[in-house]
Amino acid sequence: MPLPSYAAFDESDLGAQVLLSQHKLKSSGDAVTARQAVARYMKDNGASALSVTRFATAVSEIARNAINHAGGGEFSIYVDRGRKQLTVVCWDKGPGIADVKLALSDGYTSGGGLGRGLGGAQRLAGRFEIRTAVGAGTSVLMSVTL
Amino acid sequence: MAQSATANILTVLDTDFKGIIEEWLGTQVKEGVKRSDLFSDAESRAQNRELLKAFSKGIRDGVTGEDFDLDDDQWDDLRAVLADVSRERVSRGVTPTEMATFVLALKAPLFKRLEALETSDHSVLIRDVMLVTRLVDAFAIYTNEIFINEREQIIDRQRQEMLELSTPVVELWDRVLTLPLIGTLDSARAQEVMENLLQTILERQAEVVIMDITGVGTVDTQVAQHLLRAAAAVRLMGAECIISGISPMIAQTMVQLGIDVGTVSTRSSIRTALSDALLTVGYVIKKTGDQ
Amino acid sequence: MAGVTSINLVERALLVSIQDDITDTEILELQDRLSNRIAQNRIDGVILDISALEIVDTFVGRVIAQLAGISKLLAAETYVVGMRPTVAVTLVELGMYLPEIRTALSLTHALAQLRRV
Repeated sequence: MPLPSYAAFDESDLGAQVLLSQHKLKSSGDAVTARQAVARYMKDNGASALSVTRFATAVSEIARNAINHAGGGEFSIYVDRGRKQLTVVCWDKGPGIADVKLALSDGYTSGGGLGRGLGGAQRLAGRFEIRTAVGAGTSVLMSVTL
Repeated sequence: MAQSATANILTVLDTDFKGIIEEWLGTQVKEGVKRSDLFSDAESRAQNRELLKAFSKGIRDGVTGEDFDLDDDQWDDLRAVLADVSRERVSRGVTPTEMATFVLALKAPLFKRLEALETSDHSVLIRDVMLVTRLVDAFAIYTNEIFINEREQIIDRQRQEMLELSTPVVELWDRVLTLPLIGTLDSARAQEVMENLLQTILERQAEVVIMDITGVGTVDTQVAQHLLRAAAAVRLMGAECIISGISPMIAQTMVQLGIDVGTVSTRSSIRTALSDALLTVGYVIKKTGDQ
Repeated sequence: MAGVTSINLVERALLVSIQDDITDTEILELQDRLSNRIAQNRIDGVILDISALEIVDTFVGRVIAQLAGISKLLAAETYVVGMRPTVAVTLVELGMYLPEIRTALSLTHALAQLRRV
């Protein structure tokens, strides 16, 4: 299943991974559903409790960003056939981020937050990529090895 | 001459398979690499047979013209047998040189038989010898790689075991744990130590943890960071953390480095840490008698 | 099991068990309700049992820290109890040490500490 055209990632970023589930991100409850789906899959496939908590925390951070700062978005979970790798892509059509480096540094906040969310997610996820432009929305891809 | 480059080599292998094995074994003895102290004759013979069988199969299917690549599928068998043999030999203490010489010893019996072939046109013989040389050399190099790989795995496993050994969490008293840290504290180990410690706190419902760093050689900024992070995690779980064993020298270094321990309690010796910890959980150490 | 998280009065402390599926909206609402309850009753402490939480991210961490600040202004201490080891490691990695809160292993431990005050 291809990613919609406004997601900045495409099949080449996913390798041989296939779509496991897709979630709308509108209300804060959707962020919970998304991260619980990720946690459940990781646990079912033998990930350690620590790696589940770390990655689910990162998922929670980026899902919240999409909901609070971009008026919602979408969230997809991809897995490889060997069930050794899980990738999530979260994208929105929000205002985008002007200075990604700044947004990833601890202490930066675009409003009200603590400013550790994005940088924290980057630290907790195995692979973390962000593509964004002002006015063009934000897409984040994160992977974890199971 | 339309025959393939491997025809003579295969003829030699097919005609006198057993003889080659015997002679290969013989050369190994002569070179001093047949470890009769480690392997019985029967074992060595069986290993050689398996190897030569897989090697022949590779030559039959895996050589195009005069080209071959031991990574190709046709060489699967050889690689599999080799992996088994190497594992076996590494575990019994055979050296890489011995292992390589062991494989290279296969050349002599093959050369001898190629030379004895009727077809002995010199240019053909030279071509055959060159191909055998390349094949056996590749075989030996590959063996060496597997061998080194196997040894690295053993080293890795031992390092892992040492890691576990060196981070014991000891229950000193009801609800009091101690973690005697020894040696260096790198990131991997710090993570391991932290996880292990927090899990034990949960299991034992420990209220106080003493991290003793008497045995830690040097405390630089990074080590201090690891210690303080562990202490912070311990506090988040609801237990108290005391860092003991801070020598005057370490204290000086820490101040010079500008390390702020914040609210973490520190003690110079594990003695004072222990009596404070016991007090926290409601015990007093009391001297009996009049000694 | 989304819905209203119950607040129970135990001795002079408010006990709250937070469920894993609590949403941002619900936790903000909980913060609000707790603040009101502390002000109404004579409360010494708020005990948040987070043993059911698989994750505590920066938002939840911040709400808990704020709640501790609010309680303190209203003369009550906030205890977080039952944090899982994996959550503690992750919070430290996020740089959230939560110095504002008090911590205890369990509800029993927190109550014992409150009695001592």
